[in-house]
Amino acid sequence: MIEIIESYYAYWVCFLLLTVGLYGILFKQNLLKKVIGLTIFQASVILFFIIIAFKDGGTVPIYNEAFSTKEPLGYINPLPHALMLTAIVVGVATVGVALALLMRIHKAFGTIDESTLWKELRK
Amino acid sequence: MIGEHLPIIVILTYCIAALLMPAAGLLHRKAPSILAFASGLAALVFSFMTLWKTVREGAFNYAVGAWPPPVGIELLADPLSAFFLVVINLVSTIVLFHAHFSDGKESGERSISYYACVMLMLGGFSGIVGTADLFNLFVFLEMSALAGYALLGNGSGRAAHSAFRYLILGTIGASFYLLGLGFIYVETGSLNMGDVSLILGDVGMQTTARIGFVFIIIGISLKMALLPLHQWLPDAYTDAPAMSTALIAPIGAKVAVYVLIRLMYDVFPVAPGDWAFPLHTILAIAGAAGIIWGSVMAIPQTNMKRMLAYSSVAQIGYIALGIGLATPFGYIGAVLHVFNHAIMKACLFLFSARLEKTGQGIRIDKLTPATRRRLPVSTACFVLAAISMIGLPPTAGFFSKWYLILGSLESGNGFYVVVILASSLLNAVYFFRIIERIYFGNTDTDALEPVRVRLTRRNLALVTLALSLLLAGLFNVWIVKSLIAPMVPAF
Repeated sequence: MIEIIESYYAYWVCFLLLTVGLYGILFKQNLLKKVIGLTIFQASVILFFIIIAFKDGGTVPIYNEAFSTKEPLGYINPLPHALMLTAIVVGVATVGVALALLMRIHKAFGTIDESTLWKELRK
Repeated sequence: MIGEHLPIIVILTYCIAALLMPAAGLLHRKAPSILAFASGLAALVFSFMTLWKTVREGAFNYAVGAWPPPVGIELLADPLSAFFLVVINLVSTIVLFHAHFSDGKESGERSISYYACVMLMLGGFSGIVGTADLFNLFVFLEMSALAGYALLGNGSGRAAHSAFRYLILGTIGASFYLLGLGFIYVETGSLNMGDVSLILGDVGMQTTARIGFVFIIIGISLKMALLPLHQWLPDAYTDAPAMSTALIAPIGAKVAVYVLIRLMYDVFPVAPGDWAFPLHTILAIAGAAGIIWGSVMAIPQTNMKRMLAYSSVAQIGYIALGIGLATPFGYIGAVLHVFNHAIMKACLFLFSARLEKTGQGIRIDKLTPATRRRLPVSTACFVLAAISMIGLPPTAGFFSKWYLILGSLESGNGFYVVVILASSLLNAVYFFRIIERIYFGNTDTDALEPVRVRLTRRNLALVTLALSLLLAGLFNVWIVKSLIAPMVPAF
């Protein structure tokens, strides 16, 4: 058991972060805090990709005399990093749209607290 | 000459139109909607060319930037994707035509950003359908979804709140997809659909790939509003501006359906009878539950848009059921229903948009024969679409339900036949509620004006949609034989 935790600790941290994000989305009453939860959730997914690309003793994927092109295993896989760069951009755009919608909600109802909002909406 | 570039041209048409939108806005007040319609029309022509090419010459692919797959991004045009491309562009072009001629308040001053979002969303939809790369699919999914949130939230405060809830759920869905993709990447080391399919075919679906696929399925189900994950849909579609709903409701969820069909049948080797991993059965049961739940919830609604939104949940259930049956007829029924439902829902939501626009409101208990007298042609189109939803021949809706029933019988499961028939009755209940009010309600004789049946530019879109329902019904043998049959996988 300890071995599993030890050898995969990065994954445990990543999935803990995922749960924290989901918790924030599900249980926080303030809509802005939901957005923060969403950001944490997305960050954990991004982290997951970074972890799977990691290699013990690997080096940056820039041509290195020590590891010639004959030993591609010496380099860390750069593809997940490139993918996550795109995913980060998507995440930023999502937060932007979410904040714009929040501003509109606040303008219309004067609050971004979910329970108060539901009372307003039922009127 | 442009034949080989067709898969990317459709996507680029929309992306370039989105970029040109501010310039168009400077030219004239009406220019953005004209540009939107024109690029929709161009994309429609290109997608018809794509379909034509796939029917004649078979599937073809396109390496973006001439990087050969699996290194580069690959676009794929095969019978399935070309068919969906045509459905998306056909329905959206007709709705954009309507949007131009009865421009609502929702665009107006903000028409530049509104139509730019429309273009980005349609570009995203076309991209999802066109791509053969799993990560590229995620990017297009989010591109269309983000533009969609903006379109749905572009109204009252209530609309913003519903769109916000949709955004939260939609982003969770997309992140689940991405997470699942991580597992798949660990297992296969590739993101190209064909490549992943080959590798998984060799090594089989191990635990890692299964976990990843389940994450992906959950994420996609959230996007397509399959039953337990449908909570965002009724609110988002009800509160949004009429034109946004008419644009998103017919095709938004269908694109996720495409992803599901593609992944279930072409990419991941999942056997339908595998009881250790019964994805098909779960999908069929969720679909059947969605059919009943959506139809039952639609009955007591007093807001017409909300009723139609719940009916959408039920129709997604039909499609999921067809996919889950894993029989040739079930598959045909699902794909045909995507096409039929897109046209029907566009027609129904455009009618509710007309009602809102003419100031009659969309409360069902306020509808009277005066509605019919004021909008005779639109009402007739609504009734035709409603009949098609119920599934009476010779309208298109009958045939997709027919194939679904055949598929259920083929899979030897009579329970699903009962579900489909029962829900047709429920559909009849909630649509005849409206038809009764419009045609047989108490007439206020003082308010009688002479009925004027005229084809105007305001109801032309509705008439086109209603007629194409009849045509799709009449030519359904041709559609099934020459367009859908080539895409049915071997079962």
